[in-house]
Amino acid sequence: MDTAGMLKPSSSELDLDRPNIEDYLPSGSSINEPRGKLRLRDLLDISPTLTEAAGAIVDDTFTRCFKSNSPEPWNWNVYLFPLWCFGVLVRYFILFPARVIVLTLGWIIFLSTFIPVHSLLKGHDKLRKKLERVLVELMCSFFVASWTGVVRYHGPRPSIRPKQVYVANHTSMIDFIILEQMTAFAVIMQKHPGWVGLLQSTILESVGCIWFNRSEAKDREIVAKKLRDHVQGADNNPLLIFPEGTCVNNHYTVMFKKGAFELDCTVCPIAIKYNKIFVDAFWNSRKQSFTMHLLQLMTSWAVVCDVWYLEPQTLKPGETPIEFAERVRDMISVRAGLKKVPWDGYLKYARPSPKHREKKQQSFAESMLRRLEEK
Amino acid sequence: MIRPAQSLSLTHPLAIMGNTSSMLTQYDIEEVQEHCKHAFSQQEIVSLYQRFCQLDRNGGGFILTDEFLTVPEFAVNPLSQRLLRMLNSLNFKEFVAFLSAFSPRVPLQQKIEFIFKLYDSDNNGKVTFHDMLDVLRDLTGQFISEQQREQVLTRVLEEAGYTKDSMLVLSDFVKILGSSDLKMEVEVPVD
Repeated sequence: MDTAGMLKPSSSELDLDRPNIEDYLPSGSSINEPRGKLRLRDLLDISPTLTEAAGAIVDDTFTRCFKSNSPEPWNWNVYLFPLWCFGVLVRYFILFPARVIVLTLGWIIFLSTFIPVHSLLKGHDKLRKKLERVLVELMCSFFVASWTGVVRYHGPRPSIRPKQVYVANHTSMIDFIILEQMTAFAVIMQKHPGWVGLLQSTILESVGCIWFNRSEAKDREIVAKKLRDHVQGADNNPLLIFPEGTCVNNHYTVMFKKGAFELDCTVCPIAIKYNKIFVDAFWNSRKQSFTMHLLQLMTSWAVVCDVWYLEPQTLKPGETPIEFAERVRDMISVRAGLKKVPWDGYLKYARPSPKHREKKQQSFAESMLRRLEEK
Repeated sequence: MIRPAQSLSLTHPLAIMGNTSSMLTQYDIEEVQEHCKHAFSQQEIVSLYQRFCQLDRNGGGFILTDEFLTVPEFAVNPLSQRLLRMLNSLNFKEFVAFLSAFSPRVPLQQKIEFIFKLYDSDNNGKVTFHDMLDVLRDLTGQFISEQQREQVLTRVLEEAGYTKDSMLVLSDFVKILGSSDLKMEVEVPVD
């Protein structure tokens, strides 16, 4: 799965899909360009660069995106503590077993209808697809019920039309389940190991899913082609893409990958905001496995969130896919109250490309040479 | 709010330096504050501790080079490799002392000393032409030829009254940088 492991140096192929980070990074330093003839003092004074480095050590926007803030304990009182203990007992010994039963029931109902439908209706594809869609939506509802999901949907529900793609911000894999219970989307996902992978290859296959492997750069082109083919097909389920490419903590959005925005179709943004009142739905894949994450959700009071289906957007004349991606990211961030940061989510897994450092070196070199000429 | 927790004195071998899962006690904070000569307020030290624990992902009590490089803003900095040499295997107390050069409460002298230490890679109290050239190379990369770099450095050195063979000491740095409006401050976010 997403192993922290060793960071690999970013290969140039990984850059293909990424927007130009220079366009988004704070341009140069905020310090005024020094003027006047170049002196020894100017060469020895490395304080601006050092300040930037120290600033990054003390706090940086990238790490903030993946920080799961532990909730303030409210049980620090003589009478609040027993109340909290009582709550724990209810959650673990009443709610949790009840939820497990609900989920098991859901699985039984689902499998006992899905498997027959899948094998018996082989010839009647249209009917089979329709039934499978309904069943998947039903199964997802069972999942949502198993965490007592309180989801408010705003905006017009997605419709099944060709040449459209749905994009949403990403906080956890449950984003997919929450959206799927309303509409059976086809989705593009990283292939996971374990039981999740099994689910992916059997059930999700029926709604039409596209797999990719994050670590395989060549995979990118194959995936891009699959996306394009899927979107063109009139019968395929609407495609849901999470352009951030990784789970973010629902306070920030990282840069959107332009892949979803150069498919030559309408992009329908979806904004998801979780209310952390009972549980933090952010799946910190570095800290816990998906199973642990689900168990945490199932032993909390509820998962509360808002989903906004926003106005579909198309590429404006003269707009590049990257600008389009940023425009949509802006819409989603504003709607869900998230802050935008100029970082690529994949920096979680790879070092930044050397060209960012080179840009800084270039601007320093040019400034130095310029001042050398001054009198 | 400082929570009472198992108090591990900073002088204890298994202290917070080696076991970052514990919380800071008031005693720990005061000791760190002493060590960095009151460059940071107690609240700032608590914030820095949270940051230290966040960066020290494997909880070993030291932030490894790779862990620093997971911060993209730091990794793209031209001087990151030189800084990493100074940051290598710092425990929390030393980490705060390292950052104290960037506190607004600290005199200009200390900031200049920090810059000097960064140049003086072999730690012998003398900065040579070679040292200065190394830093200049980090800052300019491939965008200036080595020859041109040497020329520029030689020229500004001579204009300042030094030669290519001069070995600068701290007092030289103070003289050169002391009158400049050197600004080297970082704000520690306090919740």
